[in-house]
Amino acid sequence: MSASLFIEQLLNGLQFGVMLFLMSAGLTLVFGVMGLINLAHGSLYMVGAFVAAAVAGWSGSFWLGLAASLAAAALAGALVEMVVLRRLYRRDHLDQVLATFALILMFSEGTRWLFGAFPLYLDVPDVLAGSVHLPVLDIVYSRYRLAIILCGFVVAAGLYLLIARTRLGIRIRAGQSDRQMIGALGVDISTLYTLVFALGAALAGLAGALVGAIQSVEVGMGEPVLILAFVVIVIGGIGSIKGALIGAIIVGLTDTMGRFMLPVFFRQFMDNAAASSVGSALASMLIYILMAAILIIRPSGLFGKPA
Amino acid sequence: MFKPSVCALSVSIASILAASLPAVAAADPVKVGMITTLSGGGSSLGIDVRDGFLLAIGENPDVELIIEDDQRKPDVAVQIADKMIQSEKVDVLTGIIFSNLAMAVIPAAVNQGRFYLSPNAGPSALAGKGCHENYFNVAWQNDNLHEAAGSYANSAGLQNSFILAPNYPAGKDALTGYKRFYEGELAGELYTKLGQTDYAAEIAQIRASDADSVFFFLPGGMGISFMKQWDQSEIDLPVIGPAFSFDQGILGAVGDAALGVKNTSQWSKDLDNEANKTFVAEFEASYGRLPSLYASQGYDTGKLLLSAMGKADVKDMDAFRSALEEADFASTRGDFAFDNSHHPIQDIYVREVVSEGDVLTNRIVSTALEQHSNVYADECKM
Repeated sequence: MSASLFIEQLLNGLQFGVMLFLMSAGLTLVFGVMGLINLAHGSLYMVGAFVAAAVAGWSGSFWLGLAASLAAAALAGALVEMVVLRRLYRRDHLDQVLATFALILMFSEGTRWLFGAFPLYLDVPDVLAGSVHLPVLDIVYSRYRLAIILCGFVVAAGLYLLIARTRLGIRIRAGQSDRQMIGALGVDISTLYTLVFALGAALAGLAGALVGAIQSVEVGMGEPVLILAFVVIVIGGIGSIKGALIGAIIVGLTDTMGRFMLPVFFRQFMDNAAASSVGSALASMLIYILMAAILIIRPSGLFGKPA
Repeated sequence: MFKPSVCALSVSIASILAASLPAVAAADPVKVGMITTLSGGGSSLGIDVRDGFLLAIGENPDVELIIEDDQRKPDVAVQIADKMIQSEKVDVLTGIIFSNLAMAVIPAAVNQGRFYLSPNAGPSALAGKGCHENYFNVAWQNDNLHEAAGSYANSAGLQNSFILAPNYPAGKDALTGYKRFYEGELAGELYTKLGQTDYAAEIAQIRASDADSVFFFLPGGMGISFMKQWDQSEIDLPVIGPAFSFDQGILGAVGDAALGVKNTSQWSKDLDNEANKTFVAEFEASYGRLPSLYASQGYDTGKLLLSAMGKADVKDMDAFRSALEEADFASTRGDFAFDNSHHPIQDIYVREVVSEGDVLTNRIVSTALEQHSNVYADECKM
């Protein structure tokens, strides 16, 4: 194993983590501010990917597709919040889980009805196609994946500024700590909730569109990512954007490096086929083992407030 | 005021009576239960099988078809099968796409005296010792296309393949099948997570290895993701795979990244025989898209059923079974016969992805295996 392969895998892990961050930032905001468990977050990711693919296919421009995906996911999110979720804030989590699970089914069948059962095509824009040659250690790395990493950090910085420095951010933080009180102080809480939800949805849509260009755009693509996003917010601490960023990068790196290193490790004392089989089986459990370990040490996650 | 309703009542009574009377003139229609994946991930496969089957059957009053969606969940498939067998009393079951669902449904169904015609899944457990007189596979045994890929790799002079597949039974069958025929060295062997969508880590390892070719079995969306990322990596190695990652339903989503890839299949759109020409033309006319190999398998399953119905009554199970064994129908694949374990003996081709106008499709370049059966057949005591 060469150093350049190792660094390339680190970059892959980082890129995966950044993508998970885009998903989990919205999830953790919605859970932290509104106390709502939203299983349909993965569907908004799917909506983003489908709209990006459809608009890019129709207009020929990836960037137009990306913009459309943000708008469509935000709109879908705002609509869902106003029509369905608003009625669920006072109910217990089981009702929320049931209702948002129903939303997953509706989004999936609705997408299939609109776009058909066959996967859609979305390609990376020409500017970002191919690979770049990094001067350090002779590394060849995908230009598009580098762009995703960059985009993720820009979004993270933007969210930090939004929450720490703006009036909206103050309200979001206030809503997180005491929602009755800020309502009593005259803040229009229902508009605030709709805005937060639309923001989270737009981030999920952005993740879907970015990832759609290098993965398969198909019905049901959101659910596997949703599970990982939940792992991320549990590790990072529910409601914490900083926790989501650090949790996402930990999960991304652990998963990628586990998949890469474990078979290599088992190959020391097993034959090739058995080593890859055992190694990959263990690698797929690794992030859950990590989550369990972190929960034992810090029951409310790395950056969560103790309940 | 009363007249029409009385009239309707008497008609319905008459029809109830007619239904309860034993059939005199025409035989009862054959009841067929189709369990297939019509929603969620993997639904494009089930839809193609269903559409191919419907096209073959046409407006046939002798077939009563019930179609249900298994949602790609074994427990749902088992429930539907129980309902179809116990309350609907179907004679023939068909339709399942995925091997894990097939294993959950088929053994119980054939033991309860139903015929099962498989339009897709062919797990090895049902091919050798586990074969059954009422189970017929019209597609292939799971290993077949991978064996053909291994055989092609030899003839293309490939010496050092990097091979990967998902970590589940069909993925292990795939790599075993490839290695059974492939004679070169292995540059690497990887099992990925089932449903994995990001292959950056795997592609980096391929780049770092000294492989001269890549063989992969990643059905459905996994293959789309892999091919798009492979294309972005700009690694210049030949890629081989079974047709599952390059079928007509998927090529559009993979895009030009798939151009020139060699894949193995028992069927191709350009196979030169009358049955296939009719099938391709009619499928395009009826559904407005090109057929995939899954559609051809659904179509052949339908034609096989009709051929057996023309020879025997389904209630006479021995006669109907013999009629099925004869496989006396014009297959879209040309020559088609069943071996002793009721799996196909057929040619398997190497296809290349080409573009026709602005549509990506496949063209046959050579024959990988001629009149190929499967390695498990000898273990079948039947």
